[in-house]
Amino acid sequence: MAEKSLMKGNEALAEAAIRAGCKCFFGYPITPQTEISAYLSKRMPKVGGTFLQAESEVAAINMVYGCAGSGIRCMTSSSSPGISLKAEGISYIAGADLPCVIIDVVRGGPGLGGIQPSQADYWQITKGLAHGDFHVLVYAPASVQEMADMVAKAFDMADEYRMPAMILADGLLGQMMEPVEFPDVEIKMSDASNKPWAANGHKGERKHNIINSLYLQPQELEDKVVERFKRYEDLKANHTMAVADYCDDADIVVVAYGSTARLAKSAVDAARKEGLKVGMFRPVTLWPFPEKELREATKNAKKVLTVEMSMGQMIDDVKLAINCSKPVEFYGRTGGIIPAPADILNKIKEMGGNK
Amino acid sequence: MNLKKLTIVTGHYGSGKTNISVNLALEAARQGRKCTVIDLDIVNPYFRTADFEELFSQNGITLKTPQYANSNLDIPALGISVKGILDESDCVIIDVGGDDEGAKALGRYKAVISECEDREMLYVINKCRYLTKEPDEALELMREIETASGLSCTGIVNNTNLGNETDENIVLGSLDYAKQVAEAAGLPLRMTAGRKEFLENVTENPFPVEIFVKTLWN
Repeated sequence: MAEKSLMKGNEALAEAAIRAGCKCFFGYPITPQTEISAYLSKRMPKVGGTFLQAESEVAAINMVYGCAGSGIRCMTSSSSPGISLKAEGISYIAGADLPCVIIDVVRGGPGLGGIQPSQADYWQITKGLAHGDFHVLVYAPASVQEMADMVAKAFDMADEYRMPAMILADGLLGQMMEPVEFPDVEIKMSDASNKPWAANGHKGERKHNIINSLYLQPQELEDKVVERFKRYEDLKANHTMAVADYCDDADIVVVAYGSTARLAKSAVDAARKEGLKVGMFRPVTLWPFPEKELREATKNAKKVLTVEMSMGQMIDDVKLAINCSKPVEFYGRTGGIIPAPADILNKIKEMGGNK
Repeated sequence: MNLKKLTIVTGHYGSGKTNISVNLALEAARQGRKCTVIDLDIVNPYFRTADFEELFSQNGITLKTPQYANSNLDIPALGISVKGILDESDCVIIDVGGDDEGAKALGRYKAVISECEDREMLYVINKCRYLTKEPDEALELMREIETASGLSCTGIVNNTNLGNETDENIVLGSLDYAKQVAEAAGLPLRMTAGRKEFLENVTENPFPVEIFVKTLWN
């Protein structure tokens, strides 16, 4: 194992991208994720890659579209308002079945909102990212180490399933410093050599490839979308990720992701110390949502509590996953306010957490 | 510890400038000096000296922050009169933003700072920080900070730490590195900072510090 370093979450995401074989980064600055761009502007040229600060988020995502089409591993990053601007391009990338990694370090919204941390992009990223029938893979790290680990995973899965993968972080994770180490990763498919679909020059040796999301015949488009959704079913069946702690005997299971899961875990630990039967469930993939894992974790629970840094968005997926079989309550703060473990603990007690 | 009238704390993002600044201010307060801390960090939106308002007021330390610090506004406005503060206080500590980007804000006050002869400009290093693990990398960043601010560093602070995983070995393992940076920079190693229990075997200028980091979770 490599020596540990102290890194900011945003820096860890950027360094992990380089180590995962990302050769091109197209970005545009916005707080609280600008360190990703700043870091890559210094590092990319040193590793023979390309860093480009585009004239806007819209330009950056369309550069990713072009680059991904050539089979090169590429990435862009932004924060909430910037992701909205990228939405159109993400739909085109999904419609052309191209792999790429997109990072959203979420801040308060809607509108310009604020620069403090938030999780209010959940609906947007997991449900309504842009027009059309499509999904993107969504990974939600909860520590700087996980941020470092998930980037390579996101690139590999994006390549394997030919679709965009997103890392959904928040301002708190992006800005905080923690010890991190970069394990040696085996880079799969970092160049176009095993991407037979890539439009990277046929050199007169093969038929030319076309990168496109326009289908003139409705049947052709339906077939394409249906084929894509078969891949999604495969992802749902085989690639959900979650972490469950003390759920087996829990009366109340707390569900939270990202930095909020760290806060909720503190509250759950405190509750356990007081003898309350409380469990913790953390979805790591937000799309596909770990439905079967959540059903398993809550099978003995009487109630579920969802904690989010928003007005409550993931709560819908929690209710769907357990088919509304038990009450699901909510605690959250928004606008850049971080829920305090003590307040989460109070909510657990209010819900009647028993010894 | 002998504190000058003006101490400027610069360094890499995450080297621990803010924690050093807070500890220097508390040291000044212990010495009975009228101390003002200026938070000049306009590049880092969170985790900054502006978070320590309460600690400072309990210790009679004045805190000056940029107008929009810790708000939802992302405006790098500098409304602070350093000259006025230097006239009123007998010990001033400036916590500068990270890297050369952060040090640019310092350049705005170059003329006023140059007039204050009783000053030092510290460059904080942390061997555990990615991209400054080698002495020449740390030195290169110091030169960038000097260029951006138009001011020269006068001393090195070894603040090597790995967050909550810091131990005595990490501190002791950084001493050669710190010496090399100081020698290459041609500057004195002003102090090696760390928790008291990690400094027992540090003979050259140990500076025991308390760690004032907001922990949100256990």
